[in-house]
Order: sequence, then structure tokens, then C-alpha cells
Amino acid sequence: MTVRYTKDHEWVRMEGDVAVVGITKHAAEQLGDVVFVELPETGRAFGQGDDMAVVESVKAASDVYAPIAGEIVDVNQAIVDEPAKVNEDPEGAAWFVKMKPADASALDSLMDEAAYKKLLENA
Amino acid sequence: MTIESLSDLKRTALHELHLELGAKMVPFAGYAMPVQYPDGVLKEHLHTREKAGLFDVSHMGQAFLRTTETPIGSEEAHRAVADAIETLVPGEIRKLKKGGLRYSVFLNDQGGILDDLMITRPEEDARQGALFLVVNAAVKDRDFDLLKEKLSGRTTLEILESRSLLAIQGPKAAGVVEALLPGSGAQGFMTMRARAWNGVEVFVSRCGYTGEDGFEISVPDTHAGDLARALLDHPDVAPAGLGARDSLRLEAGLCLYGHDIDETTSPVEADLAFAIGKRRREEGGFPGAARILKELAESPKRKRVGIRPEGRAPAREGTEIQTTDGVRIGVVTSGGFGPSVNGPVAMGYVAADFAAPGTALNLIVRGKALAARVVAMPFAPHRYFRG
Repeated sequence: MTVRYTKDHEWVRMEGDVAVVGITKHAAEQLGDVVFVELPETGRAFGQGDDMAVVESVKAASDVYAPIAGEIVDVNQAIVDEPAKVNEDPEGAAWFVKMKPADASALDSLMDEAAYKKLLENA
Repeated sequence: MTIESLSDLKRTALHELHLELGAKMVPFAGYAMPVQYPDGVLKEHLHTREKAGLFDVSHMGQAFLRTTETPIGSEEAHRAVADAIETLVPGEIRKLKKGGLRYSVFLNDQGGILDDLMITRPEEDARQGALFLVVNAAVKDRDFDLLKEKLSGRTTLEILESRSLLAIQGPKAAGVVEALLPGSGAQGFMTMRARAWNGVEVFVSRCGYTGEDGFEISVPDTHAGDLARALLDHPDVAPAGLGARDSLRLEAGLCLYGHDIDETTSPVEADLAFAIGKRRREEGGFPGAARILKELAESPKRKRVGIRPEGRAPAREGTEIQTTDGVRIGVVTSGGFGPSVNGPVAMGYVAADFAAPGTALNLIVRGKALAARVVAMPFAPHRYFRG
């Protein structure tokens, strides 16, 4: 399954007709130990780039943006209950939300893995 | 932050060691300082509370203030230098014991806090008439200018540009320091002793900024790296950065200058009235005495308090504080996640009527009102050495 990335270090991949969204390993490393996660309610709709969730380390709070427009259909309560999971497996078990995309082809406008890696190298 | 701008910053004598240890360096008060090491803020914080953390605080200002009114080395000389500095601080310095430390604040004429500092009376008879001062990095130039200007003709100021300052904090610190600097483990809380180490003189103070037992050691730059490595050689000691220093002091309820206290806050508002000596309350004679004595008698309009958000969301500096009815009554000045508390903690100023522990408040975080309560500080119990 192809994973797409944003310049703000979110990842998104399609599972059937649902987009799974999380933050990248790089983002998790930069944040340090995650101590708090706030996720949106299911049913809420976001535009591309809207503040969607919050992730906080001891020192700082960061917004997580919606990588594509769509409606929240599920959230990962496990990372709210145990924020440290975000550091353990940010690109796997510690997904943030599942969205029903307003337009699934919006993923095509995001970076593929090679482009994201290049972004990190040039950062 | 780019590499170029970091290179413009001043470096402490431990810079190479920080890089070797894998520190993430950030600009702080004009210095490149380690904000964290590879273990990260959370582990560094918990390690310090459990065993011992080593902090480089060499960016802080160190100086000797000496009287010029009386020859150094007598009780009269101490009285002279104490009387001089007491014109700038509200603390009882005259009666400070030989080898004793006192926490104090420089005040402006409005009774606002220009900086907080440690004032130490040396133990040695030959050094009576001198005071050892440690001030905050961000305002050290202003502090030193203040001392030179206000105390000219009475004192000289020797700024110790070539001394580093290492803080070792935590329940295992005493054993570690005792092994390298014998006698230190028996030192009382808030005392300083000059000791010899590898041919140089170090000043060992039993104090700190974490709420734990610990020491701050002033050491010549030439020997700072060796001393830091010798401390780190002990298996109980891990390096800790500014990130952990901040979360530790917040849990300990201690103020950060420029955030929790500044030129607009008085020591009474800041809940630092313990730093105002009994004789000083009777005699006055410090800057802003009129306001401060009035606040002591009548209670200030606002007070610094500890705040526990009831949920898990941290409330950061700048967060608006409201009554449960939505009336603005103050602002958070420091806030974050307390690793030892295992939850969010904050401090801030509230209108005096809302300062009693247990008072329910709302914190406005990302537009939402989060329930919180005023609590007594510290958030994590102080564990200072009590002999």
C-alpha cells in the first residue's frame, strides 16, 4: 500500500476507501517523548491543512494537520490512553485517525516516500 | 535554527563534551546550550529524581563583590559588604552565617524583580568582606552593571569569566560528590565550601534548582571538562539538559526569571516573601520598600500560585486563567507536563481572591475551557538535605 507524506510530517495511506493518518517517525523523534494526544471527534469534517489533532511532549505542543480533506470515521483511542505509543510505532500501531476522503485522488498531490526522504535530507 | 546562527553563540567550556554526548544544542541567553541528550527530557528528568543528573549551568553569571570601605578579612568587612548589597536586595545578608547561601532578588525602585540570585558569604576568615554571587545568564550583564553603578565607591566587582558551573542534582548526588570532593557529603543544605580538586580551587554549594538534594560546583574552565567527566564516570550520573532542568524546577515550584518573575512582579506577589528578612521588614531600606511592605501588610492584588489541570492536557505559558464563570483573572507563566507528577502542572498569577488552594479555575487551552484547581506547591516534594 502506497504511503504519502506532507511537508508537515504527517503520513496517510488508503485502506480500502478509508485514509489512515499519523505522524512520521521523523516527527516523533523531533518531538521527543509524547505525553499527551488530543484527537478530534468522529464525524467532524476537515479541510486539507486544518488543525486536526494535538500532540505534546514535555516541552512543547504541536498541531497535527489534516493531510487531505475529509470526515473523521475513527480515532485511535490507544494513543490517547498511552501517548508513549506514538514514539514506539508512529508509522504503524500509533496511527491517529481514519478519514473518509472528500476526494481520494487528493493523495496523489502529496509526496511519495522518495520525495519525503529528500525533504528530510535537505532540511 | 541553522548551523550558522548557532556558531555565533558563546560556548561553555563543556561544549565539546556536549557534542560528544550527542546533545541537541539550542540558543539560550546568547549561549549554545544542551536542551537534551539522546535519552530525552522525560528520561533525564526521571533519572535526576531517581539517581543523579549533571547539568552544565556555566552560562550563569558568577562574581565576587568585595567591600572597599574596610580591609577584607574581618567581621566589619562583612558588615560593610552586606550593608552595601542590602541596598539592592530585601534579604538578611548581614546575619548570613560564614559559608551560608541565601536566595534573594535584585529589586527596582517600584519593587519589581530585576533578577533572582544566590548570595554566598565565604567561610574563610580571610575572605570576609566578599560575597559570592550567582545570577541568571539572560540578565547577568544588567545585574553586573547595576552592582557597579549603585555600589560604586563602596565595592568592587570581580566577574568570574573563566569559571564554569556544574550542577549535580538527585538523591545519589551526595555520594558521587563526596567521592571526588571529600567532606561535601556532610555539608549542610545552603552552605558553600571552597575545596581543592586536582590543584585548583572549586566552590561546592549544596543547593539546586530541581527540588532534590544536590550541589552546584564552581570550577575553573580549565578543569571543568575533567570534573564533568569524573562526575559522569559514576554509573548513577547521567547528563541532563535545559529541558529537564525546566520540568524539574517547575515541579519543584521554583520560579524562572523572565517568565514567572520579572520587573513587574514583586516578591510578595511572586510568593517569595520568605526572601524578605525580618529585620528588613522592620527597617525597609531596599528598593521598592514602600510597595513591598504595603503588600506584606495588606496582601497583594495578585499572587503566584500552583495550578493542576484536571485532565491530561498541559496548559503552557500564556494560557489565560478564568473563573468558572468565564471572567479573566490571570495568566499561566510556566506550564507543561510533569514527568514525576505524571500529569500536567502549571504556575501563574491569579487575582488574590482566587489564590487559595482548592479554588476551581478554568484554563483556556485552544479555545476550550479546561477545569483546573489552585494547589499548594511544590508539585513534587522537596527532598533537600537536612543533615
